[in-house]
Amino acid sequence: MINFERFETSNGLRVLVHQDKSTPMAVVNVLYDVGARDEDPSKTGFAHLFEHLMFGGSINIPVYDDPLQLAGGENNAFTTNDLTNYYCQLPAENLETAFWLESDRMLSLAFGQKSLDVQRKVVCEEFKEHYINKPYGDVWHKLRALAYKVHPYRWMTIGAELSHIENATLDEVKAFFKKHYNPSNAILVVAGNVTLEEVKKYTEKWFVPIPAGEKYIRNLPIEPKQTEPRSLTVKANVPLDALYKCWHIYPRNDKRYYIADLITEVLSGGGSSRLFQSLVKEKQLFSNIDCFHLGSTDAGLLTVSGKLVKGVSMHEAETAINEEINKLQQEGVSQRELEKVKNKTESMMAFEDTSITNRAASLAMYELMGDADLINKELDRYRAVTANDIKEESKIIFDNSNSNTLYYYSDN
Amino acid sequence: MNRKEAPIIKDAIEFNLQLKPYRQFILNNGVPVYSVDAGTQEVLQVELVFYAGNWFEKQNAIAFATNKLLKNGTSHKTAFQINEEFEYYGAFCSRACYNETAVVSLSALSKYLPALLPVIREMITDSVFTDDELNIFKQNFNQQLRVNLQKCDFVANRLCDAYLYGKNHPYGTYTESSDIDAIESGMLKNFFKDYYINGQVAIFVCGKLPGNIEQLLNNAFGDLPLRAFDNKLTFLKETPATGKKYRIQNDAEAVQGAIRIARPFPNRHHPDFIKVIVLNALFGGFFGSRLMSNIREDKGYTYGIHSYVQNHIQNSAWMISTEAGKDVCEATIEEVYKEMKILREELVGEDELLLVRNYLIGTILGDLDGPLQIMGRWKNLLLNNLTEDYFYKTIDTIKTISAEELRDLAKKYLNPTEFYELVVI
Repeated sequence: MINFERFETSNGLRVLVHQDKSTPMAVVNVLYDVGARDEDPSKTGFAHLFEHLMFGGSINIPVYDDPLQLAGGENNAFTTNDLTNYYCQLPAENLETAFWLESDRMLSLAFGQKSLDVQRKVVCEEFKEHYINKPYGDVWHKLRALAYKVHPYRWMTIGAELSHIENATLDEVKAFFKKHYNPSNAILVVAGNVTLEEVKKYTEKWFVPIPAGEKYIRNLPIEPKQTEPRSLTVKANVPLDALYKCWHIYPRNDKRYYIADLITEVLSGGGSSRLFQSLVKEKQLFSNIDCFHLGSTDAGLLTVSGKLVKGVSMHEAETAINEEINKLQQEGVSQRELEKVKNKTESMMAFEDTSITNRAASLAMYELMGDADLINKELDRYRAVTANDIKEESKIIFDNSNSNTLYYYSDN
Repeated sequence: MNRKEAPIIKDAIEFNLQLKPYRQFILNNGVPVYSVDAGTQEVLQVELVFYAGNWFEKQNAIAFATNKLLKNGTSHKTAFQINEEFEYYGAFCSRACYNETAVVSLSALSKYLPALLPVIREMITDSVFTDDELNIFKQNFNQQLRVNLQKCDFVANRLCDAYLYGKNHPYGTYTESSDIDAIESGMLKNFFKDYYINGQVAIFVCGKLPGNIEQLLNNAFGDLPLRAFDNKLTFLKETPATGKKYRIQNDAEAVQGAIRIARPFPNRHHPDFIKVIVLNALFGGFFGSRLMSNIREDKGYTYGIHSYVQNHIQNSAWMISTEAGKDVCEATIEEVYKEMKILREELVGEDELLLVRNYLIGTILGDLDGPLQIMGRWKNLLLNNLTEDYFYKTIDTIKTISAEELRDLAKKYLNPTEFYELVVI
């Protein structure tokens, strides 16, 4: 059970406080309700580029990191297709320093051409390091474009292409800030050795004077239901053939999301999971195989990906995956297998919650979904899934007309 | 309210840091157990640290393969059955192989510990290393290696270690495809018998521990022919490369190069080691360091550049590591040397030094968040044959080291001619 208190300020900032007296530290987590899905298709990668610029100094504070490090703190941030999350951890005695820093960069950034020029280069190097200079680095670029035709999940968080980042201008960046970075678009979570009173006091002092700004109303195109299977064949400079298949699943707040999540656990994610046992160990068609989804807010993708053992044909590999899926659709799962994947989920959740940084980020994300208390209700939702749910849902998800397949061949 | 004025802070160096003590008990066979009972969640971790790293192998990759295959079958259970036992209880059993040690680690909800310890016992006493399992392992290990060899950072890490220690030294060795092909199950069975069944081991447990933890561990492991580590490691001499500068072309289509700049450095028992932790932080050890400020935040040559001292027990190396744009690799190296020169010639200012001190203390404070982290600190001390004093000496050094001492250390250690320099594109 994760306890927390919640209040909202007059300028629309939602605040959650989670007290844990067992640590000397405090965590201040600020989530902005903006991600790559909110970008203009011709200017992708902005939400993430912007995350970098948030460390380039704010209106009253020339350098973000120095005062925080001086206070014994550490910080980081991440951007996804759905949201942007900033967090810092520091000794609880210095809590106010984090309020000062975070509120100032919500108030206004000190944009400079130099900072933009440098961070554009840094992000381009990040793009190259993870998506160009690694074998199979462009897989998600291709899969997203294959599976989504309309919804902005069709591009990656880092951006659809380097040129979108290289061409970003200062004016565009400023407009992005104005649109998304204001109290009514943010959730503040303060966790650790803190009290509700001091959080209220500091919020009042540092965040309440910030103008509320205009609430951004999201209006994204809805991905139409896929009606026929799609596939793409690629040849690339990689050592092994690889196969990727994905199917559309459900939004994060749909109760069928939990069924889809458990299906990924049945198929993969452990030495006793079905795809690993059948395709890696028994048939030896793949050297590794995974089944996962990305937990996205809007309807996401359930993906199976694996590298083929040298000499195995793509057809043979795909047929074997389909056989396992058919088996799930026809026979479902046993009670023991269902119990196993639920226990694994319970355990993973407990381990995630051992650090206050994770607890703070989770609370922010559940609040974004509509109710922070979901953090305490999640397990029951998983527990409520039945063997029949899994069988029936696997028939719907794995329908061939819902499938997207990427055949990724080695050219050597 | 003046937003330009920072709130008053308590300097992190004024904090009184305490490392929560561990409790030690000894199993009937003499194996030591170190425990930390803490945390808010009903979870725990049990780690069996065997002296079974690649230090002890006679042929490449044997220690790694033995460790990896511990979950792949006993005389009573298949790999599938073993995995299912852990996964049914939502537990994770991981293995890892290092230079001196190899680890079997169990993470689980505390309530399931009694059900899971017998499975661990079976793995470390009765693993069978069948040819079938070994062949699958070899095939997939080889495939994974082929993918990794296309990555410039992977290749650079291997080569740099080989330059520093020599390819025949456990710290410098790396696995080639032919090494994998040469593994036979008999070699694994022998290694298993010597270093696991009759092995030297220390056990670390942390989290929300059951009241009878001592008895549970004694029942599971106390009657086995295991023993405590005898503190004897054969000294193996390094054979470092004579040439210092290397440029390797690995992938014709690459757009970045992996840069490694490294020099030999003594282990934690050397009087300079703790002091160099502070100098290293200033140089390239955190986001606000000189290397990050210059090469990432000013020049934009890289997504990240870091320096660190390798985590080795016997002897170590001081390493600078980054991936930079192909066209700016040489310019990056030049800037690294410029930063060394500044550290050798100029005293660090008071403000910057205070920032580094506070940052380091804050990190240690934050790092002690939760039982796993506290145990991690202790484990690192104990495996390096250090005591609690070392922790407090580190804190003291961070708080008191002077700008002059840091400059003198830079003069002693940060000389470009003593560094290996490697770019893999």
